[in-house]
Amino acid sequence: MTTSNPQSPKPRPPLPYNMREVVLPGDAACPGCPIPMAWKVLSAVFGEKMILVIPACCSSVVVGAYPGNSLKASVVHVAFASAAAVASGIAEALRKRGITDVQVIAWAGDGGTADIGMASLSGAAERNHDIIYIMYDNEAYMNTGIQRSSSTPYGAWTTTTPIIGKTEHKKDVAKIMIAHGVPYVATASVAYPHDLYAKLQRAKKIRGFKFIHIHAPCPVGWRFDPKYTVRIGKLAVETGLWILYEYYDGKIHLSGPSRPYIDPKKRKPIIEYLKLQGRFKKITEDKIKEIEKYVEQHWEWIKRHM
Amino acid sequence: MGKLVALTGNYAVAYAAKYARVDVIAAYPITPQTSIVEKLAELIESGELDAIMIRVESEHSALAATFGAAVAGARAFTATSSQGLLYMHEFVHWTSRARIPAVMAIVTRALAPPWNIWPDHSDFMDQRDAGWIMGFAMDNQEVFDLTLQAFKISEDPRVYLPVMIGLEGFILGHTTMLVELPEQEVVDQWLGPRKQEYVIDGKEPLALGNLAWPEDTEEMFMEIQKAMDNAKKVIKEVDEEYGKLFGRKYGGLIQCINCEDAKYFAVSMGAWSGDLIEAVNKLREEGYPIGVIRIRFCRPFPYEDIWEKVKNSKGVIVFDRSISFGAWGPLFTDLLTGLYHYTNNLPIMSNVVAGIGGVNITYNDFAKLLTSFIETIEKGDKPPVFTWYHKR
Repeated sequence: MTTSNPQSPKPRPPLPYNMREVVLPGDAACPGCPIPMAWKVLSAVFGEKMILVIPACCSSVVVGAYPGNSLKASVVHVAFASAAAVASGIAEALRKRGITDVQVIAWAGDGGTADIGMASLSGAAERNHDIIYIMYDNEAYMNTGIQRSSSTPYGAWTTTTPIIGKTEHKKDVAKIMIAHGVPYVATASVAYPHDLYAKLQRAKKIRGFKFIHIHAPCPVGWRFDPKYTVRIGKLAVETGLWILYEYYDGKIHLSGPSRPYIDPKKRKPIIEYLKLQGRFKKITEDKIKEIEKYVEQHWEWIKRHM
Repeated sequence: MGKLVALTGNYAVAYAAKYARVDVIAAYPITPQTSIVEKLAELIESGELDAIMIRVESEHSALAATFGAAVAGARAFTATSSQGLLYMHEFVHWTSRARIPAVMAIVTRALAPPWNIWPDHSDFMDQRDAGWIMGFAMDNQEVFDLTLQAFKISEDPRVYLPVMIGLEGFILGHTTMLVELPEQEVVDQWLGPRKQEYVIDGKEPLALGNLAWPEDTEEMFMEIQKAMDNAKKVIKEVDEEYGKLFGRKYGGLIQCINCEDAKYFAVSMGAWSGDLIEAVNKLREEGYPIGVIRIRFCRPFPYEDIWEKVKNSKGVIVFDRSISFGAWGPLFTDLLTGLYHYTNNLPIMSNVVAGIGGVNITYNDFAKLLTSFIETIEKGDKPPVFTWYHKR
C-alpha cells in the first residue's frame, strides 16, 4: 500500500499510520489481501482504542492463530450471524460502565453481513447502537473457497456458480442501511485510504449506528495478480461501477474520488475493470451490457438522492 | 429481615436479576418466558433497576448481545424458552466455551412441531452438552434463590462458566406463590461486584476466540471439565452461605426427602417433584420405605451425591420429563452411567418418561407408578428398564 496517491493532481500527505504499532507484521493474509490494508487505516483513526467484533470470515484467520494475534487492538471472535448483536452488547456494557474512549467496530465480510448476518445487522441498526459496522466486501465466501454470496456481482464466476456465473445482481447493503434511517452510511474502497480515513473520522464523531461498506478486491477469489489489488479497486471507481459516497442529513454526498464519474463520458469502459479478473473471463457481451445498465441505474438512484 | 411477597415464578426470576443488580439484559419475547422481560423492562423504566435493556430482534441475538455485554464487563442476563433456546443454541456453546460468566433463565416448554406451549424439559435437557452449569427449581422461592445464586456460582473464579436456571412454564412461571425477598444490602455484600477472568473494554488489547490448533483447543475444553468439577464444590458452598445469610439451604446439587431409612428411591427434577414428594409422603404413611432425590443441578451431574444415598438401596426409579429419542430419558442415562462407575452390582434401575408436551402428572400417577415399581421388586420380578407413561 502506498501512503500517497501518485495519480491525483496534488500528492496527499501520508496518513498518520503508526501502522506497525497496531497492525503487526506476520499476519496470515494472502498476498495482496485487502483486509490488512483497511485495518491500517482503521488503526490510523483509532489506534489501540478499538474493539473489533469479527464473525466467521477471512479476518478470523488473517489475525493469526492462538496464542498469536496480529492486531494490537481488542478482538472478539464471534459466531457467523452475530457480529452486530455482540457489538450491541459490548457497546451497551461500555455505556453502562461509562467508558467513552473506545470504538466498538463490527468487522464482517459480505457473507456475514448481506446473508447470514442481515437480521442481526438490521436489528442493531434499528436500535441505533453507538457502533461502526464495517462490511468489507470481497464479493463471495472467500474463506471457505470462493462461493457465491448475495453480494457477488452479476456474471461473476464462483465455485458455486461455476459454469454460467452469477445470474443476479449484487445486493446493495448500503442502500438497505440508508432505508434504516441510521445517522451515517458510507461506501469506501481499500484503494482510497484517504477517503476511508476521512469517513472513519466522520463516523467516529457521530453517535449512533454507522455503516461503512468497503469494496475489497480479493486476488485469490477474483483471480487477479496480487499486485493489482489497488489498481482493481481504483478501476471499480473509475468505471463508475463502485460509487464512493456518504449518506447523512437525509441525503447522499458524493465522495471526491467518484465525483468525476457522475458524468458517464468520464467513466472508463467497464471492460477495463472486468478484463483484469479471471472471475469474469467467460463473460459475454450481453452480460456486460446488463452490467452497464445496472451501473447506470445505480447512478440515477445516487443522483436522485443527492 | 426480608419481606414476603406474592410472585409468579417469572417475576421471581426478574426480581432475582434485580437483586443481582444486572447491568445489561438482552431478550426477545417467547411464551412462556415473556413476563420475565416485561417485568424487567418495567423495573428499568420505573427507575427501580439501573440497567440497560437491549430489545433484540431474535434469540440468537439475545444471547449474542448478552455475551457481548458480559465480555465487556457487565453483569448480563437473558431468559428464553423452547424454540428460542434452540435458536440461540449456537451461542449457548459460544458463551461457555469462551468462559464468560452469565445467567439465563429457561422457562421450559415443549418443542414443536406440533405447536405446544405446555411445559416439559425437552428444551432444557437439549443443552446438557454445552458447558453450562444447569440448575432447576421446584418452587418459586427456589426460582428466586437459585437465580440469585447463579450469579455467584457463575462468577466464582474456580468456575467462570455461564449458568442456566430452569423452571417449568405456567406450573411455576405463571403461578403465584409467596416468595421471601432478601435485604438488598445483604445481597450486595454477599454477591459483590461483577467478576470475570478477563474484560474486553479497550483498556488493554485482548483477543478472545482466535483460531487455535487442536492441542490448544482441547486443553481449553479440558479446563471446562475441571471447572465443572470445581462447580460441585462451589454450588455446595454457595448453598451453605446462602442458608446462613438468608435462612434457606437446599442441600447443594440434590435435595433428599425421606431418604434416611429408604430402601427405594425416586429421582426427579423440577416442579413435578412437588407432586412426587406428596406421593412419597402418602406411601410412607402406608409403610413403603421410599425417599425422593430431587436433582437441583444436572450439570455438573451429581453422581457422587446420588451414589451416597442409593448405594444400599434395592431400587431406583428415575422420572424424566424429556426423552432422548432412540435412547431413554437423559437423567436416567446420565445417572446409570455415573453409578456404574461405583459398582458392578447396581440396585434395580428403572426409567419412566412422562409429562411430555405438558401432560399433567399428578401425585396419584406417581403413587401408582411407585407402588407398582416397589411391589414388582418385592415379588422378585424386575420392572421394565424403560416405560413411557402415558394417560389419556
